[in-house]
Amino acid sequence: MTSPSARTAETTGTTKPVGIRRKWTEHGLLFVAPFLITYSLFLLWPLVSGVRMSLRSDNITGSGGEFVGLDNYAEAVRDPDVWSSMGNTVWFTVLSTVPLVVCGLVLALLSHHLRVVEWLWRLAWFAPFLLPSGVVGLLFLWVIYPSDFGFADQVLASVGLRPGIGWLTDERYAMVSIVLATVWWTVGFNFLLYLAALQSIPRYVYEAAELDGASGPRRLWHITLPLLRRTTGVVVVLQVLASLKIFDQVYIMTGGGPDDSTRPILQYVYQAGFTGYRIGYASAVSYLFFALIVIVSLVQLRLSRRRGEESG
Amino acid sequence: MSAVADEGRRARWTPGRLALLAGAVVLAAVWVAPLAWAVATSLKPEAEATRTPLRWIGSTVTLRAYRQVWEAGDIGRWMFNTAYISVMTTLLTVVCCAMAAYGFARTDFRGRKALYGVVLAGIMVPPQVLIAPLFAEMVSFGLVDTYWGVILPQVAVPAMVFILVKFFDGVPRELEEAAFVDGAGRWRVFWTIVVPLSRPVLAAVAIFTFISTWNNFLWPFLVTTDPNGMTLPVGLVNVQSSYGLRYAQMMASVVIAGLPLLVVFALFQRQIVRGLARTGLAGQ
Repeated sequence: MTSPSARTAETTGTTKPVGIRRKWTEHGLLFVAPFLITYSLFLLWPLVSGVRMSLRSDNITGSGGEFVGLDNYAEAVRDPDVWSSMGNTVWFTVLSTVPLVVCGLVLALLSHHLRVVEWLWRLAWFAPFLLPSGVVGLLFLWVIYPSDFGFADQVLASVGLRPGIGWLTDERYAMVSIVLATVWWTVGFNFLLYLAALQSIPRYVYEAAELDGASGPRRLWHITLPLLRRTTGVVVVLQVLASLKIFDQVYIMTGGGPDDSTRPILQYVYQAGFTGYRIGYASAVSYLFFALIVIVSLVQLRLSRRRGEESG
Repeated sequence: MSAVADEGRRARWTPGRLALLAGAVVLAAVWVAPLAWAVATSLKPEAEATRTPLRWIGSTVTLRAYRQVWEAGDIGRWMFNTAYISVMTTLLTVVCCAMAAYGFARTDFRGRKALYGVVLAGIMVPPQVLIAPLFAEMVSFGLVDTYWGVILPQVAVPAMVFILVKFFDGVPRELEEAAFVDGAGRWRVFWTIVVPLSRPVLAAVAIFTFISTWNNFLWPFLVTTDPNGMTLPVGLVNVQSSYGLRYAQMMASVVIAGLPLLVVFALFQRQIVRGLARTGLAGQ
């Protein structure tokens, strides 16, 4: 135990009495212990026991089955429902990420450049993020579902369109409707991230550009957007990871329908494990989903590194 | 706000800026419209809720739907459950993560680096992947349909430890050393010096934990089956079908359930925006 404390004294560059040096080391583990205990019990252990489970044919309580090796994985890979729900998840992520990032940026730019009634913009665009998913689900069922008297159809009708769209019952529109609800619901988070980033850009950068005669759009294109690149990277990564985990909106708005066309992979895990009682199989599907997330993360890491090299 | 900053704020209303304002007003209206529609519907007599063409206000403005929802459902109970679970989760998360971050950032013990590596690796694991094994674990612990069954799996958040370690790294060691010389122990230094210094970032972590716990759906949905123990988001969805076609009541429950966090936001707007900047999430 002497070497770590000696290292600490070295790095701080100060000479301290022995008693104080001892204080740097004592209790360290006690500080970490409460976290490590919950972390081990509710993250590490399920992570490990999930692997064990995925190799067995257990029922919902995690017992009563037998060791089946890689059978669950073999079945999952051959299961068309796994691939279709994985595809729906990826499709939702693709459809939702671009509008969520672009809208977040546009709303933040508007709010930041107007410099009036900021609280009003923040309230309007961030407030939906604070609503529980159940509330958002019911709200959008009411806004878009009832096709003759729903709000969306009536607004469209008032401008001369008679859509009669089966927002959630028509396979062509169901996923788009879920994306619309999601953009409305969650764009506020990206909006706030961009707003915080915009507010931290020093004023003098713009003042200098103004002196040089750069117009508003030029300042936006040549100064603001490049300075926001790092933020955009963070927003995209967080957004993709959040979108891949979609469950709530779909479960509430369409239940995965029509004809499983919107069912995400997490809902399939839920169905396999909690309504189909095959928790071993559900675990195997979970780990396929985990693999998807790891692959996407690695790709993003690659892309952001390359981008970093180009700009640096 | 200083006078100089105020002056800088009063920009001219050029045509370009007026166009921006118009755009912002339209977008704000689009975002508020669904909520306004929900409120409007909840104040109509049930028979008029589904009347076409679109009318914002019914023949009379009535609170009947609210009274019916409150009397018929368990919304009060669910709100209590959600509040209790959110407060406990937030407290435990902030305390556990802050202590751990301090331990990793400022103390030294055998295996510290390796353990911190294990914690950082946990950032990669989305909790949603673990629902099946975690549920089986809850069954064996007898925690299904209990508050702790909902709370405990949400407490250890590796990303929070990471954010807080970054922050604690920036706290000058000299401040602690002075206290050590005065005879204070680790524990006291942590609570009386480090925690007060970190209030802004701890507040940000707390607010975001609170919001996400309040709104969490999947885990409480899986681990509670007894309506008495449900959280608001789960309970609402559970009774959705029982509303049938009573839209005014459905929207009244939406308004009741949506209100608490909107109030929290109205109170903490500034801290939330600043907190985001401070946690370094904005990437600046």
